[in-house]
Amino acid sequence: MPLSTARSNVRVVTLKIDGRDLSAREDETLLEVCREHRIPVPSLCYLEGLSVWAGCRLCMVELVNQNRLVASCATRAAEGMEVQTDSERLRRYRRTLIELLFAERNHVCAVCVSNGHCELQTLAQRLGIDHIRFAYRQAHEVLDSSHELFRLDHNRCILCTRCVRVCDEIEGAHVWDVMGRGSQCRIISDLAIPWGQSETCTNCGKCVQVCPTGALIKQGTSAGEMVKDRHFLPILARRRAR
Amino acid sequence: MTEPKITLATAWLDGCSGCHMSFLDLDERLIALADRIELVYSPLVDAKTLPETVDLGILEGAISSEEDLEKARLFRARCRLLVSLGDCAVTGNVPAMRNAFRVEAVLDRAYRENVTCNPQIPSLGVPALRCPVKPIHHEVSVDVFVPGCPPSADTIWYVLSELIAGRMPEPARVTRFGA
Ligand code: SF4
Ligand code: SF4
Ligand code: SF4
Ligand code: FES
Repeated sequence: MPLSTARSNVRVVTLKIDGRDLSAREDETLLEVCREHRIPVPSLCYLEGLSVWAGCRLCMVELVNQNRLVASCATRAAEGMEVQTDSERLRRYRRTLIELLFAERNHVCAVCVSNGHCELQTLAQRLGIDHIRFAYRQAHEVLDSSHELFRLDHNRCILCTRCVRVCDEIEGAHVWDVMGRGSQCRIISDLAIPWGQSETCTNCGKCVQVCPTGALIKQGTSAGEMVKDRHFLPILARRRAR
Repeated sequence: MTEPKITLATAWLDGCSGCHMSFLDLDERLIALADRIELVYSPLVDAKTLPETVDLGILEGAISSEEDLEKARLFRARCRLLVSLGDCAVTGNVPAMRNAFRVEAVLDRAYRENVTCNPQIPSLGVPALRCPVKPIHHEVSVDVFVPGCPPSADTIWYVLSELIAGRMPEPARVTRFGA
């Protein structure tokens, strides 16, 4: 791939992450640098191969000497930066974010098609979450089963927009979009019509594979059966970039 | 063995008894447990009343009825340490799925719509249903949360062993929602 020529004049910066001296290209994000060096930073909306959304805020890290938290998926590495990826404050905020996601919609892991293969569930366990302190919103959502192959269950959606981005940026169909604000926010297909009536959907299934939860799933799957496969994404993303 | 035994009480609220079954799945480890623990009140033993003070209380199931709420409050008042065992107790889980519907509609579905012989909604000797169904800690304070549907015998063993040793268990190390 002729990418190397374009990147040859990208500078290298040195920075400190969790006390370790590291070097990175200046066009890399902090999250990418962390992943490269196997420093665990939780993330949900970020997905390698898709554009950055920076909506879930789980990937936030502390910039030492600046009393500020930044989303590591949307912050570039810079010369002399000092980063802390783990602290009592970060752990508290991350736990709170995940708990709020569970309280917002309706998650019943025991009967969910994604049980055992869900990024939200896994992350909750990793962050030591064993109960939700907040009252559940009890807003019960609809299920769109109109598509012959797939299904959308708004009860499990965390509004990460991975589906929106993969359909637009990789498949080029732009079926999905986001409608409404705050608690009214929903993922919609075309101009808010049932997915099965969409004239733009190519039935490719990419949105289903990138969805981190049991919100986008295959028809006919039952509890725990929905295993996702995203191997196609980095490959297609590289080809798309020419 | 000179150490006094730890008193244990258990009850199931709106659950399927699966968490208690998982407890029985401790199999031969139950014998080791019997050396350290005295079961003073439980669906598994005969005692009809909860003693005034108990060291350890374990509740299975969500709070779905007035009776569930009363039991949860009584356990909280009398148990030094209260454990929510299983997803129904911890999150509401399957029993809380009825929160999507009005309670009249749920009762109608179960006792009229799908019944061919003498359909009627039970009203005598049954506790009134509450809305919404809630996890236990949304009504009374809980000290230890053990997710899982049901939590495995190994999980229960880990939690009990830690508590008996006087340590606070960290259940997320061994279990999760839906496990
Ligand atoms: S989407 Fe994930 S967290 Fe939500 S119910 Fe399904 S398995 Fe549980
Ligand atoms: S199946 Fe493909 S085209 Fe259809 S909505 Fe999903 S990503 Fe877009
Ligand atoms: S449907 Fe899935 S991929 Fe799309 S926004 Fe919701 S959780 Fe994210
Ligand atoms: S992964 Fe960075 S904000 Fe979601």
